[in-house]
Amino acid sequence: MIIDFLRSTVTAVKGINQKYAIPHIKMTGPVRFSLGVLRFYLLLLVAIMVYKFVTLLGK
Amino acid sequence: MNILSKLYYRYKKILKTMRLYLLIAGPGIIVMVADNDAGGITTYTVTGAQTGFYLIWFLILLGPVAYYVQEMTVRLGAVTKRGHAEAIFHSFGAFWGWFSLLDLVLVDWLTMITEFVGMTAALSIFGVPPFVTVVLTWILMGTMVLQGRYWTWEKIALIFCALNLIYIPAAFMINPPVHQILHGSFIPQLPPGGFTNALFFLLMANIGTTIAPWMVFFQQNAVVDKGMQEKDMLWGKIDTAVGSFLTVVVAAGCIILTGTLLPGQNINDAATAAIRFMGINKYVGAFLAIGLFDAGFLGAICISLASSWAFGEVFGWAHSLNHKLKEAPWFYAYYFFDLLLAGTVVLIPRAPLVLITLFVQVIAVTLLPATLVFLILLLNNEETMGEYKNTRFQNIVNIGIVALIIVVSTLYGISALFPKILGA
Repeated sequence: MIIDFLRSTVTAVKGINQKYAIPHIKMTGPVRFSLGVLRFYLLLLVAIMVYKFVTLLGK
Repeated sequence: MNILSKLYYRYKKILKTMRLYLLIAGPGIIVMVADNDAGGITTYTVTGAQTGFYLIWFLILLGPVAYYVQEMTVRLGAVTKRGHAEAIFHSFGAFWGWFSLLDLVLVDWLTMITEFVGMTAALSIFGVPPFVTVVLTWILMGTMVLQGRYWTWEKIALIFCALNLIYIPAAFMINPPVHQILHGSFIPQLPPGGFTNALFFLLMANIGTTIAPWMVFFQQNAVVDKGMQEKDMLWGKIDTAVGSFLTVVVAAGCIILTGTLLPGQNINDAATAAIRFMGINKYVGAFLAIGLFDAGFLGAICISLASSWAFGEVFGWAHSLNHKLKEAPWFYAYYFFDLLLAGTVVLIPRAPLVLITLFVQVIAVTLLPATLVFLILLLNNEETMGEYKNTRFQNIVNIGIVALIIVVSTLYGISALFPKILGA
C-alpha cells in the first residue's frame, strides 16, 4: 500500500514537472534580473544557515 | 414629498450597497485580522510593555503597507482565477513552483505549531489542559470545513474575526491616558532612549508580523474559491482596506493594554501579560486570554487552508471548500494531516517549541522575498493581467514596500540566527 502510494506520488510529481516544464511568463530583462537576484539571495541565505549549523556543531 | 422620496431612494441605495458589500466581504477581513495571530499579539503586547504608546504611529503606517501587498492578490485571483501556487508554477516553471510550495508547507506547519502554543497557553489561564484545547480546536476546525460550503466557512471565520476585536473594549475598560495615546498615534516619535538595537529589533518584529507568505497564498485562493470576478474587484479592495484598518485597531488595542498596565515590565509573550493582567483586573486578563486563543485559532484556520489549497491546485485535486469530503478527499486529508501533526507536536513533553519559533522566523525569510517578487512580476504581466496590471504608481509603491520588507525580514531572520549582531 505504501509502495503504491509512493509510486503514484512519483508519477504525479513527474506529471507536474512535465506540465510546468516551460515558464509561461515573458522573460523580459526585469524578469530575468529579478529571478537572478532571487537565486543569489537564496544561495546567500543557505550559506548563512549552513555556517550557523557548522558553528553550532563545532560548539 | 419629493424630499421624502429622495431620502427613501438614497436609503434603499445605501442598503443595497451594504448588502452587496456584505456578500463580497470576507477574504480581505479574514486574512488581515488573522494576520494578528498568536505571534502578532505577542509582538504587540511586548511592544506596548517596552515602549508604551510611542510606536502606535508606526503601526498605523503598517496598515497601508499590508493593504498594498494584499490588494495585489485580489486582482491576481479575480483575473487569473488561479491560486498563488499554481500561478507560480505556470509562470515561472517547476523549479520555482516546487521551491515555493515546499517552503510554504514547511513555514505553514511551523507557524501552525506556534498558533497551537498560543491557544494552549491562553486557555491554560482558565485551567483548561493543553490536551483539551488541542482536541477542541481540531473538532472546531474540522466542523468548519466539513459542512461543505465556502460561504458558511467564511461567515463562521468572520464571527471569530469579530471576537478578535475584544481588545478594543478591554482597552477602554482600563481608563487609558487618551491624550498620550493620541499623541503617540499621530506624532511620529521614538521612545525615551532613542534608536537602540533593542528598538530596532522591535520595529523589525512589527514589520515582520505585518506580511507573511501564507497571507498572499490564502487571500488569492480565497478570492478564487469565493468566485470573485473582475467586476467585484472594487469590493474586494474595500474588503482588504477594512481588514487592514481592523488589524491596526487590534494592534493598537494590545499596545494600549500593556502600555497602560504593564509599562516597562519584561514580558516575553502575550500569555504572561494576560496572567499579570489577572492580578490587576481579572476581566481585562480574561479578555486578553480569550483574544489570544481567538488569534491563534484564526491564524490556524487560515494557514492550514493556505497549504491545502496550494497542494490541491498543484496536484490537480478537487480543492474547494464547496466540495464535500467525498468529492475532495485528498484536499481534506492534507488539511487534517497538517492540523493533527501541528497539534500533536505541542502535546509532546519537552518539545523544542522555542527552537520551532526561531525556525519560523528563519524559514519565513527564505519564502517571503520570493513570494513578494513573484507577486510583483505576475502583476506586471500584461498578457494575463491586461488592464488590471500594476500602474506606474502602484509599481513604485509596491516595489518600495517589497524592498523594505525584504531587507527588514532578512535582518530579522539573521538576528534570530545570530542574536549578538543586534545586541537584542
